[in-house]
Amino acid sequence: MSILTYREALNQAMREEMHRDENIVLMGEEVGFYNGAYKVSKGLLEEFGPMRVLDTPITELGFTGLGVGAAMSGLRPIVEMMTFNFSMLALDQIVNSAAKMLYMSGGQFPIPLVVRGPGGAGHQLGAQHSQALEAWFCHVPGLKVVAPATPADAKGLLKTSIRDNNPVVFIESEVLYGTRGEVPEGEHLIPLGVADIKRPGRDVTIVAHSKMVLVALDAAADLASEGIEAEVVDPRTLRPLDTGAIVNSVKKTNRVVIVEEGWEYCGVGAQFVDVIQRSAFDYLDAPILRVTGVDVPMPYAKNLEHLVQPDKARVKDAVYRVLYRQ
Amino acid sequence: MAVKVMMPKGSDTMTEGKVLKWLKNEGDAISTGDAVVEIETDKVNMEVEAMGSGVLRKILVAPNKVVPVGELLAVIGKADEDISALVKTDGAGAGGVRSPESGVRSQQPEVRSPGSGVRSPEPGVSTQPSVVAQGASLSNSTQHLAPSPSPAVGGRVLASPLAKRMAKEMGLEIAEIPGTGPNGRIIRQDVERRAAMAPAPQAAAVGAVGVPAPSLPPAPLPPRRPAPSPTGPEFTDEPLSSMRKVIATRLVQSKAPVPHFYLTIEVNMQRAKELRESANLLDPELKLSYNDIILKACAAALRQNPEVNASFQGESIRYHHRVNLGMAVATDGGGLITPVLRNADTKSLAEISRESKELAGRARTRKLLPEEYAGSTFSISNLGMMGIDEFSAVINPPEGAILAVGAVAEKPVVVDGRVEAGLRCRLTLSCDHRVVDGATGATFLQSLKQIIENPVYLAF
Repeated sequence: MSILTYREALNQAMREEMHRDENIVLMGEEVGFYNGAYKVSKGLLEEFGPMRVLDTPITELGFTGLGVGAAMSGLRPIVEMMTFNFSMLALDQIVNSAAKMLYMSGGQFPIPLVVRGPGGAGHQLGAQHSQALEAWFCHVPGLKVVAPATPADAKGLLKTSIRDNNPVVFIESEVLYGTRGEVPEGEHLIPLGVADIKRPGRDVTIVAHSKMVLVALDAAADLASEGIEAEVVDPRTLRPLDTGAIVNSVKKTNRVVIVEEGWEYCGVGAQFVDVIQRSAFDYLDAPILRVTGVDVPMPYAKNLEHLVQPDKARVKDAVYRVLYRQ
Repeated sequence: MAVKVMMPKGSDTMTEGKVLKWLKNEGDAISTGDAVVEIETDKVNMEVEAMGSGVLRKILVAPNKVVPVGELLAVIGKADEDISALVKTDGAGAGGVRSPESGVRSQQPEVRSPGSGVRSPEPGVSTQPSVVAQGASLSNSTQHLAPSPSPAVGGRVLASPLAKRMAKEMGLEIAEIPGTGPNGRIIRQDVERRAAMAPAPQAAAVGAVGVPAPSLPPAPLPPRRPAPSPTGPEFTDEPLSSMRKVIATRLVQSKAPVPHFYLTIEVNMQRAKELRESANLLDPELKLSYNDIILKACAAALRQNPEVNASFQGESIRYHHRVNLGMAVATDGGGLITPVLRNADTKSLAEISRESKELAGRARTRKLLPEEYAGSTFSISNLGMMGIDEFSAVINPPEGAILAVGAVAEKPVVVDGRVEAGLRCRLTLSCDHRVVDGATGATFLQSLKQIIENPVYLAF
């Protein structure tokens, strides 16, 4: 166990996997000579050479298609999106090729492809570069969607995603890259579809993923000082979803707040609400509340950017309301 | 707006029902709650009441016709209202009304009394009477609801799903609980508060000051089991031990689906006879029977032996905290039904006598409401009045046991080496071996025998 940043944990995961399996290749904009726009691929070109770490032109649709073709021919590509905002250009390859190839080929072509990169807002990147788009990918049958919150989860889930024979959309966070945490050495694998209780509690369940886990934990720490024990459930994998973990928590606490960085309308939290109302209807003591990004394009102004994103105060406020304290 | 009269779902198992008799004719004025038609379900005959007022415009199903649950039977509307579309669409596509509850609800929210939407006829009842059936019992229930107005909005009690479930499990009337949530919504803490302030059950107040009669056996009174509690949790589910799981599996293999075994005990009825004669001397109207005494004694013995008041649940054994006695009653014209004497352990002998006679009377004529024959935890079958000395009854699943009562008869008995005339009755307990073991059943019968032979226990 060593203390690593989220960035280093991802780097370690790719390095270990590339040593383990020579069919794994990494490609994307600036992943080689520049060591990655966010330095996640630092040292990999040096270590594995230009046949396995490829700098691509600024052509998301093209190199993602290259990844799908490579996966069909026996390689296990990792395609880095400089940010997931640019993945919109590659959606046709991700949704129409990667997600459907196994189905449309009658099972002949599994696509062991990982599309990874940071999602969500950074700091003042403007409306077009500050979007949390996980709901878009979660909507598509054939894709798995992963969004780790901690360095340990980042490593364990990326290694599992690389070994998965299905296309995995692996959404990181620019804001999380510098966060530190204990990361198990070597063979640390976390199965997809297994949630993690980031903090146990009895009074209210807060479901959050990616960097919203940190916001939820921050709120939970405050709430604990007021005698409210919040349980923070991190699904870690958004599809397939560990519905059992969420439902079990709700059965214990009877109240739910769902936090996500993305927009409210048709967000992943809406799907969680559906799961909960179907499986735990008789255990709910209050309507489920969601704390989401405000329903506007992200403003550039720093003060407004802060207001748009879910924060501790909004999470606490929602907790008070499901507890009927307000 | 026109109001539909539909074939109600009288029980979980009911899929169709027969129209017996129209109690109103086309053109008759109808008020909400008027009995409109008598129907026959798979279990009982019942009256369907109007869920709105107007004129009975059209009868669509003739007497003695069998129709599926949810089928439109008649339309009530204003005298001049055009109901042709209603009659046509429903006549053409009764399938669209598959769920009678939703159909009735969506059309008739305004006639539902406060609380009826969430009232459960009885906690733990598996039968789900339809809205119409609930309507049928409204005349009774509104009196119970009257004392404390509930936070009702548009005829609905606002309560969280959790609060509704908890109230049902605790046997609390949700509509009587004051809600503190938004718009008066009843939430968990309201139910918990109400449960905490519920009055202590009567029996718990009984002191230990009774002086045993000199002729009683010297043995101490049997230890009191947990006090009867009509307000606490409905039951406890205890996970099966691995040994119990093996017992359960093996016994089912030996005799599927319920592995019965039988225990018979002979009881001296002399003191029961004296009790009966004294009681009837005090209150000739009461007409106390041996069966009443056995019911009461049985309830007390179950309270002392809760292991017998239990059911097999597959992965757990459910120990019931209520003593709800099912009484097998032969119905007129064949068949039998088991009305339920609820919380029999908390009722006096006189109450049991009156209630059992009343229930049995309506059971014979098939006039029970669905909730009146569901939810028993233990059953009693008595063929004694038909001269049967002893017999073995078949368990009424999911109960764990049933008591078969034979005739009370004079017979020669040996007392101190001499033959005398005695008054005896033979009781046979059929046990589900997955729940009740031999010694457990025997202990229960011993308690029962002790109580019947010394009915002064019933005063404790």
